[in-house]
Amino acid sequence: MSADVRLETVWIRFGDFVAARDVSLHIQDGEFFTILGPSGCGKTTLLRAVSGFLTPSEGRVLIGGEDMAGIGPNRRPTALIFQNLALFPLMTIWENITFSLEVKGVGIKERRKRAAELLELIALKGHGDKMVSELSGGQKQRVAIARALCAQPQVLLLDEPLSALDLKLRQHMRTELRAIQQQVGITFIYITHDQGEALTMSDNVAVMREGIVEQVSDGTTIYDEPDTSFVASFVGENNRFVGKVARISAGIAEVNTEDGVLRARCSTNPQSAVSKGDDVFVFVRPESVRFLDGAPTDNQFKAKVYHEEFEGNLWQVFLDLASSQKRVKMSYVNDGSITPHSADTEVAIGFSERAAIALPRGPLAAE
Amino acid sequence: MIPDRVQKLLIIGFVALFFVYLFGPLLVMGLSAFNTSNFPRMSPWDCFTVEWFDVLMNDARLITGVRNSVIIGLGVVVLAVPIGLAGALMLMQVGPRVRPWYYTITIAPILVPGVVLGISTLLFWDRIGLMLGATEDSIFYDGMFLTIIGQATFISAYAMLIFIARLQRFDVALEEAALDLGATHVQAFRKILLPYLRPAIGSAAVLAFLASFENYNTTIFTIISSSTLTTVLASKVRYGIDPSISALAVSIVFLTLVGAVIYEIVKRREARKVKAQMAVARGEATETRKQRSFFSEPAFIMFVLIVIAGMGTIYFAGTIGVEECKTVVKAERQAEIQKRIAERQQQQASERAVDVQSDPPKDEDQTDRADKVTAKGTEGYQGVFAPANLQGDSESEPDEPAVGTEGYQNVFAPANLTGDATENSAADEPAIGTEGYQNVFSPENLTEQVQPDASGN
Ligand SMILES: Nc1ncnc2c1ncn2[C@@H]1O[C@H](COP(=O)(O)OP(=O)(O)OP(=O)(O)O)[C@@H](O)[C@H]1O
Ligand SMILES: [Mg+2]
Repeated sequence: MSADVRLETVWIRFGDFVAARDVSLHIQDGEFFTILGPSGCGKTTLLRAVSGFLTPSEGRVLIGGEDMAGIGPNRRPTALIFQNLALFPLMTIWENITFSLEVKGVGIKERRKRAAELLELIALKGHGDKMVSELSGGQKQRVAIARALCAQPQVLLLDEPLSALDLKLRQHMRTELRAIQQQVGITFIYITHDQGEALTMSDNVAVMREGIVEQVSDGTTIYDEPDTSFVASFVGENNRFVGKVARISAGIAEVNTEDGVLRARCSTNPQSAVSKGDDVFVFVRPESVRFLDGAPTDNQFKAKVYHEEFEGNLWQVFLDLASSQKRVKMSYVNDGSITPHSADTEVAIGFSERAAIALPRGPLAAE
Repeated sequence: MIPDRVQKLLIIGFVALFFVYLFGPLLVMGLSAFNTSNFPRMSPWDCFTVEWFDVLMNDARLITGVRNSVIIGLGVVVLAVPIGLAGALMLMQVGPRVRPWYYTITIAPILVPGVVLGISTLLFWDRIGLMLGATEDSIFYDGMFLTIIGQATFISAYAMLIFIARLQRFDVALEEAALDLGATHVQAFRKILLPYLRPAIGSAAVLAFLASFENYNTTIFTIISSSTLTTVLASKVRYGIDPSISALAVSIVFLTLVGAVIYEIVKRREARKVKAQMAVARGEATETRKQRSFFSEPAFIMFVLIVIAGMGTIYFAGTIGVEECKTVVKAERQAEIQKRIAERQQQQASERAVDVQSDPPKDEDQTDRADKVTAKGTEGYQGVFAPANLQGDSESEPDEPAVGTEGYQNVFAPANLTGDATENSAADEPAIGTEGYQNVFSPENLTEQVQPDASGN
């Protein structure tokens, strides 16, 4: 059983401070939905409103079409996996996992049986009688998931559950989480400030900034078609140019910048449309910038190599533009076709108008 | 710069001094419990005995006092621990602006003098009793009840402090997790918070019991006609003590020691268990070894054996040959005293011879005698508490005026309180008392009074 979650014009205030500002979201049932945003933007707050620890100052929370107003966390069909897991330290693993059954008065035999099943699911068979302190970080993680699943929630809420793990384990757990979600088929609402996590696992991603939802889309749209300058600067890496729109024709804006006139496509979203005379940012991803070996392109620059970083599969190149001394980053695949450049080498670089996007000037993510 | 060796010696000396300061009194008291002397003292050493433990066991008032203290202690635990817990939980719930006020108010009983708490408890419940038209034998006039209530007023604040300390480290997410998994608030409290607080509950209970057991200031007012250990002890000090007090102290120290050792063993077992679990978690061991039962723990067995052996030794040494030893010591004392008296008479005779020659003013004579008395008072300070002292003053120096001498210590002497006119009745009074007064007339006692006097010269 799974359920959809709907937030309708939700406002959450702490005194004068607004933690959620007019948030409306619709999360389909069975969806893996991610809320992505920098620290302190109100992700946990939103999740607590869904799980019932917090009542919105305004607006409604509906789960499975039912208004949750006045329904406490213990009577909502949600289960929350806490940022610090919050496993019960004085109980064994199997008691932890079946706590939701214990409080319902289910007998010990039934509970042990269910614990065994769930331990099998999280690949911790035979660890049931250990104490929490006897487990490794990744194992604790899986126990927390099993404990939440044991309550048979219709919606599973995960608050940065992987943030405490090291990189390798985190990558492993990502795949595992996704697999579990597909297996049990319930709605997952997943919080993270790690965009890699958001993009790899989710059906849909909401990007938040200071209590505002900036954009809700699937991962590729978020990355390729950002609606706002904040999304463009927060998700992935982007080179940014500042300028004013001189002309628009056929969805391509001509923008006057310090580095000459740049041609960039406009957003397809009418809300982020730009028009002549607007102050805009032009964003272009490092992987869209290329060395020009004779072939002309829409936007061209002369630049000097500042320094190059080798990342195995990729080369990261940092360049200073000749026109404005602006630092630009580009990356290219290490396929052996290009030999590395030494510092101060003069090169010509450029990118196509379709690879760049012009967006209205707005707040940016912190560097 | 002080050389290293000297520095080391200084440190050792300091530590030694510190330990003497800490344990010296305990040691002296402990030894005095095994001395046959009628007054608790370590020297001069008479004979080794355990008879004071017998005396202790047969002291009905003391035993009643201990029993009452234990009952009151348990009552206070039952009352103060839940109140303290409730107070601490409340503190965690109230908003940040109210918190300092709330804290100050709940902690106030600790700052209020115990005497005030005692009196106010007495007055308050008397009022309540009056309002309800209760009779004198109702609970409002019951010393035990009032003492439990009175002590719990401030002991629950102690308990609250312990709970606050533990609650501050509680991860609220645990309780939220329980709620999220479908537990009711009551279930979350019982299954998550209460088990977490268990060690604090234990500490609070022990602390509450001890605080109650040793309380005097509040108890003295609220206990009315009953008695507790502390009030019995206090009245004993007023009317004269014997080493059974030391025997009681030794017993208490012993019980504390047993408790401490058991606690230590339990704690080490826990630590070992946790360490083993960690080893398993790190993959160094495959399985936690099953722990031995507590009673087969080597440290525990060792401890029991030592205690049994020690107690046995002390018991035999303290019961065999005590009477013979006493007789021998008494004879020795007797002989020594005879010798001293003879010496003194001789001295006085020669002094008189000098007196006749120089004819000093009367004042000086008195000063001289007062000096003698002072010497006696400082040497045998314990005599202040001994009932025999009452009589000793008036009997051994019957013609010396009790008032008007410069022997300032006489000001505090009980005999003085009754006034010089009633000297005779003052001497009689102790005989009317119930305990420990039979010694007054025993010859042994007299010699003990004389003996320090003599040595003081
Ligand atoms: N109970 C509260 N009272 C007052 N302010 C609060 C409260 N809870 C959260 N806030 C504020 O709301 C904002 C959002 O907090 P929230 O915990 O939702 O951030 P977050 O997005 O989860 O951040 P992180 O990634 O660091 O966990 C923060 O500025 C925080 O200070
Ligand atoms: Mg958070």
